[in-house]
Amino acid sequence: MLTTGEWSIVLLSLKVGGVAVLAMLPIAFALAWLLARVRFPGKVLLDAVVHLPLVVPPVVTGWLLLLAFAPAGPIGHVLGRWFGTTVLFHWSGAAIAAAVMALPLMVRAIRLSLEGVDRRLEQAARSLGASPMRAFATITVPLALPGVIAGLMLGFARALGEFGATITFVSNVPGETQTLPLAIYAALQVPGAEGQVLRLAGISVAIAFVALLASEGMARRAGRGTHVL
Amino acid sequence: MSFDVDIRRQLGEVEIACRIAPGAGVTVLFGPSGAGKTSVLNMVAGLLRPDAGHIGVDGCTLFDSRAGIDLRPETRRAGYVFQEPRLFPHLSVRANLLYGRRKGAVMDVDGVIQLLGIAALLDRWPRTLSGGEAKRVAIGRALLADPRFLLLDEPLASLDRKRGEEILVLLERLRDQLRLPILLVTHDRGEAERLGDRIVAFG
Repeated sequence: MLTTGEWSIVLLSLKVGGVAVLAMLPIAFALAWLLARVRFPGKVLLDAVVHLPLVVPPVVTGWLLLLAFAPAGPIGHVLGRWFGTTVLFHWSGAAIAAAVMALPLMVRAIRLSLEGVDRRLEQAARSLGASPMRAFATITVPLALPGVIAGLMLGFARALGEFGATITFVSNVPGETQTLPLAIYAALQVPGAEGQVLRLAGISVAIAFVALLASEGMARRAGRGTHVL
Repeated sequence: MSFDVDIRRQLGEVEIACRIAPGAGVTVLFGPSGAGKTSVLNMVAGLLRPDAGHIGVDGCTLFDSRAGIDLRPETRRAGYVFQEPRLFPHLSVRANLLYGRRKGAVMDVDGVIQLLGIAALLDRWPRTLSGGEAKRVAIGRALLADPRFLLLDEPLASLDRKRGEEILVLLERLRDQLRLPILLVTHDRGEAERLGDRIVAFG
């Protein structure tokens, strides 16, 4: 079984991945909605920017985050000056890296499901007296829910596997930014730690498997026989 | 008790122009498929904006391009029965029926359920309904929203003769009992003559 240290690595990974996707969800949903429903100039550009983390080498994404969040960087400067804090070498920085890397996958899944919602159903709701907000909340969101769950699952899996951007951005600090992939990498550098590598790799597979089954179950319950798998 | 419509709308190459003079009872918009009859209903319901003209029902102005009036669809109180039932797939038949329910509505829920013969369907899901059943639920849903007028788009489309006859009898009953203005769209001459008090040729 896992040692105490290994358990804390697992818990840290779950925390980083969970916080990353949950904090990113409103942003991902808003972007998906913009891209699916609204016509505006520069839409192609926004679409490309959202997808950048998917195509740019993760190390580059991590380096860009480092530039932005460094004490002299545009965001790091504000954080230090106004809040007296920094996300560097801190688990919240790992969560930011994971969230950025997860964003394109979340937006894609949610956008697809929003595009799949029959707008004639929203019209029917409006003609039945529903305000645009009520039609959105009672028709659009529930019908897009399987896609939202799929987006959360994909994003969480991506966040859990995040390596390049994280290690570049917030380094490999045990107990703070050392998530599962980083811990496995560190253990691989040490002679005789094969047992630990095996255990951490096994738990990674197990977490991914459980997440997949759970999201499939939730998506089925959300109705319409929609599948994530 | 009537529609007063005079609207124009350019849709691509086609210009849709429709004029309905006030008159009691069921007005049938009769014409070939693809002439834009559904667009007229959408404009009356507020789902499509006319380029110019006016729409009034029972002396209440829903749209008037000159006066700058354009009521939002949710405030028009249209009982719109679409050509395809458009039931909400994630809600049970019961929840569909009650979706637009208004406080103080004239029609009582049990009365509508009985009138439409859908008591046995309440706990089913829309995807398990036959075409005729779904159509009846869609009519019930529109009635329970306490509409000021009814819009029926090809109410017999995609139903076999027997189911179509059932819906037809039902519509006659609605016409005689509710005393609501009804605007009905059809391409079927028999249907138009049987239900319509007035027939407006279109397209």
